[in-house]
Amino acid sequence: MTDASVLRPHAEQQYADELALLAEHDDRPRPPGWRLSPWAVTTYLLGGELPGGQVVSPKYIGPRRLMEVAVATLATDRALLLLGVPGTAKTWVSEHLAAAVGGDSTLLVQGTAGTSEEAVRYGWNYARLLAEGPSEQALVESPLMRAMRRGTVARIEELTRMPSDVQDTLITILSEKTLPVPELNTEVQARKGFTVIATANDRDRGVNELSSALRRRFNTVVLPLPDSVDDEVDIVARRVGQLGKALELPEAPAGLAEIRRVVTVFRELRGGMSEDGRTKLKSPSGTLSTAEAISVITSGLALAAHFGDGVLRAADVAGGIVGAVVQDPVSDRVVWQEYLETVVRERPEWRDFYRACREVS
Amino acid sequence: MPEAPAEVQVYGIRHHGPGSARAVRAALAEFGPDAVLIEGPPEADPIVELAADPGMVPPVALLAYSPDDGAGRRAAFWPFAEFSPEWQAIRHGLAAGIPVRFCDLPAAHQFVPVEGEEEEPEAQQDIRLDPLGTLAEAAGYDDAERWWDDVVEHRDGGPSPFPAIAEAMAELRERLPLESLPAGYRRREEQREAHMRRTLRRTLKEGHRRVAVVCGAWHVPAVQAKVPAAQDDRLLRGLPKAKVALTWVPWTHGRLAGRSGYGAGVRSPGWYHHLFTAPDRPIERWLTAAARALREEDLHVSSAHVIEAVRLAETLAALRGRPLAGLDEVTEATRAVLCEGADLPVRLIDRNLVVGERLGAVPDATPMVPLQRDLQAEQRRLRLKPSALGKEQELDLRRPTDLDRSRLLHRLRLLGVDWGVPGDGGRAKGTFKETWTLVWRPEFDVELIEAGAWGTTVHGAATARAESLAAEAAALPDLTAVAERCLLADLGGALPAVMDALADRAAVDTDVAHLMAALPALVRALRYGDVRGTPTGPLRAVVDGLAVRVCVGLPPAAANLDDDAARRFLEHVDDVHGALSLLGDDEHTERWRRALAALLDRPGLHGLLEGRLARLLLDAGRLPDVADRMARAVSVGAAPGRAAAWVEGFLSGGGLVLVHDDALLRLIDGWIAGLPAGSFTDVLPLLRRTFGGYAAAERRAIGERVRHLDAPSPARAGEGDDDTDPGRAAPAAATALRILGWEVPA
Repeated sequence: MTDASVLRPHAEQQYADELALLAEHDDRPRPPGWRLSPWAVTTYLLGGELPGGQVVSPKYIGPRRLMEVAVATLATDRALLLLGVPGTAKTWVSEHLAAAVGGDSTLLVQGTAGTSEEAVRYGWNYARLLAEGPSEQALVESPLMRAMRRGTVARIEELTRMPSDVQDTLITILSEKTLPVPELNTEVQARKGFTVIATANDRDRGVNELSSALRRRFNTVVLPLPDSVDDEVDIVARRVGQLGKALELPEAPAGLAEIRRVVTVFRELRGGMSEDGRTKLKSPSGTLSTAEAISVITSGLALAAHFGDGVLRAADVAGGIVGAVVQDPVSDRVVWQEYLETVVRERPEWRDFYRACREVS
Repeated sequence: MPEAPAEVQVYGIRHHGPGSARAVRAALAEFGPDAVLIEGPPEADPIVELAADPGMVPPVALLAYSPDDGAGRRAAFWPFAEFSPEWQAIRHGLAAGIPVRFCDLPAAHQFVPVEGEEEEPEAQQDIRLDPLGTLAEAAGYDDAERWWDDVVEHRDGGPSPFPAIAEAMAELRERLPLESLPAGYRRREEQREAHMRRTLRRTLKEGHRRVAVVCGAWHVPAVQAKVPAAQDDRLLRGLPKAKVALTWVPWTHGRLAGRSGYGAGVRSPGWYHHLFTAPDRPIERWLTAAARALREEDLHVSSAHVIEAVRLAETLAALRGRPLAGLDEVTEATRAVLCEGADLPVRLIDRNLVVGERLGAVPDATPMVPLQRDLQAEQRRLRLKPSALGKEQELDLRRPTDLDRSRLLHRLRLLGVDWGVPGDGGRAKGTFKETWTLVWRPEFDVELIEAGAWGTTVHGAATARAESLAAEAAALPDLTAVAERCLLADLGGALPAVMDALADRAAVDTDVAHLMAALPALVRALRYGDVRGTPTGPLRAVVDGLAVRVCVGLPPAAANLDDDAARRFLEHVDDVHGALSLLGDDEHTERWRRALAALLDRPGLHGLLEGRLARLLLDAGRLPDVADRMARAVSVGAAPGRAAAWVEGFLSGGGLVLVHDDALLRLIDGWIAGLPAGSFTDVLPLLRRTFGGYAAAERRAIGERVRHLDAPSPARAGEGDDDTDPGRAAPAAATALRILGWEVPA
């Protein structure tokens, strides 16, 4: 029952047909509580062709082994920790894993500095608590508690941003698979299929470093930045297409050439070296992840559709790129100017891009 | 009584494949042969029995080398690890007391290259070196080892895989367009296979009824083929021969990874060794070992980690549809669980376990060239064990054992065997301490065998080598370096020859710069000789001669130098000055100072040199008019560039000298203070140039000293009315002066 006006449907809604198809063809054993077998989950993530000839679109473009380790981890009822710099599809992978394994990606706790213990364990409906005293009815379940009861996958975003004491409430849940409720003298025991997928950003690691007790209850998968330009262009083009559809932007042929150019700029600045390996560059303070490239292209598309001639041009992306690169107004601007003058200017086929960038910066 | 027909079993194997090794072991136990033929050089037949010696520990290799020296010197290796099928076959045969023979083409023939053998296209080379890899690719695997693991290694029991392998190889050989291979290579292959068949025929003729042949899978169809004996004989008739000797040498796992006489190497010898030796539960044992390795590096890894890693590895294997977790799965599990996603510890595991460096050993009875034997005796005497892992060793040359060790290492270096590499800084700390890094590499055995041409003992060979080096040396500094090495290695026998060459060369060498470059090394050698108790008589004579020549040749050599040449010459002057101070010979020092003083007054001397010489003489107390000279050097008449160079030369030696030498500081301070206002502006940039080169801390220290220069320092406060007793102070002052190398006041 997907509402068509929803800005961003959940993975299990958007890919409901693919999930159904996979389930239909899935004749391998499924772990208790799983909607699909581990093989089918891997296929769902990495894409592939079903025996019937239907094609499953790839959700993650990157090393196959990483997804295999992630799925195998969940199959051993261990918790999974996805690490990586911002924009390496951690959340994306976690959402799709939860959708494929448990059919529900909404049992989500967002970690922030203000995340309280109640958000992880349970809270109280205070009106009821005062009126009736402690009772099951007065209890407000956290997404985690609900996942335990149902035997499905709970997600925790930005685990390291939570205060350490809140993080540590996870230890009992992960090791003994139980959540005691001392006020009612009961407990919630997790049913088979319960597991946790957490994501954390390893660039600002040390915000609230995980205790080693908690750390060892997770298997860790580090998601890398895309290996090659082609991979990254592929990721960006795919996501931009999906987003464009969801935002109902007027059709604009997202020029692959323009996407490649944005990706190249990002990769060169990120890696601190021009693509031909001849020029050394300074790296700006921002992460310049694939996710940012996607948003630059998407906003460029919107610009082109609404204010331009409907074709994605250098001028449409220039503003976005400068905004993404120049995070620190002083040092990053120097980096950007240097890059513009030493690398971009030397490329004859990039002349339009150079002019566009000069105008906005 | 009619004899049963002879039975021949051919086992096609993957070299260094633990699966093959296991399969060969099982097949041999079942078949019970009365003779075993193995792919390898038949010249090794007489020494194969050594493999049964308890002192023989794999990895080891058969080494074939040409014993006489000359241009055509070659060496080839056939390495064996514990998990090599050939090794298992050898061990089986020796344990059963049946003949074990090698059936490949003799190394004597292989050492003579066939025409056109060198050039072979890459693609065909691959299919030849790695036929199983080609099959694995056909089966849809990207990694031959993995395919082999799945098909052979992870099968439990079941029928022997060898008939199937033979069939597959026959098919592969048929498909491969043999004509496209270069003719020379093809002929060599035919010869090798003909020799294998001939050895097999001969073995059967000797009356062996059950013969097992262990050879690379590729050769199986050829060995089984029915070819008339006459045809093979024709092929092998009249092949050119080289002189060849064979022996066993220790090998390392790291070297197994490279290509060898057997073709493709293995990438993970440690893992294979583990698979072959682990009695059961290989995954659990491996991950436990990995956890231990991490703990040794103080990384916290608990048993709970290991349990989870094993579960993950097994689940991954199931997910990937493999019968058992392989190295890939285990590594993923190690990374995700034991190392918590970090890459660095994974690399540690890779180095220590997956490759798993280890050095084999060969028994004492192994044939060795006399030089090797001598080295072994020395190693035992000095308790220096060769090891494949790098080790730091500090030697105190005042102890006899350490001194002998140092000499042995130096001698080996002369022979080109860099078992020990001296660390730097040893000289700075003092002359009696040396630091060495010891790593034994298998190729050293080859170098020892080559060095066998020089002599039969390490001492004798090194002496001969040093004499030859001295005879070949092109320039004087090369010669002095040889002399220094001779002294370090205590090669008294070589010294006269080296010194003669040195004296001859010094006499005819007209370039004083050469002589000056040679002197410091020789003086150092003299000093070493003192520490090491080496007789240095002849060396002393050479040094004396050199010092005189340098002093005589100094003035003409220093004339008309440009900036670069002056700078280089200055280095030589400093070196010689330092060397002569080290030597501490009054006569030489006096002659040197006189030469410098004479040089100083020569017109046309480069500013840099003049400044430096003025300073050297000032330090020696030989320059009464230094203030005047200084003023003259930077006065209006002097070109600015020359003045700058003069100041630079005069103040060289770093800012610290100014901090500590009060007199010098006063001198300079007085000079600057006395400059007229106009000149000061001219001199300022020159000074800035010199002082700018000093470290900031030094400049600050100098500045502070200058500020307190006028204020009488506490130590000097009582200079007028001090109560020092000159009589009591005299001995101490004399000693201090003697140490400083100044003249003792009468």
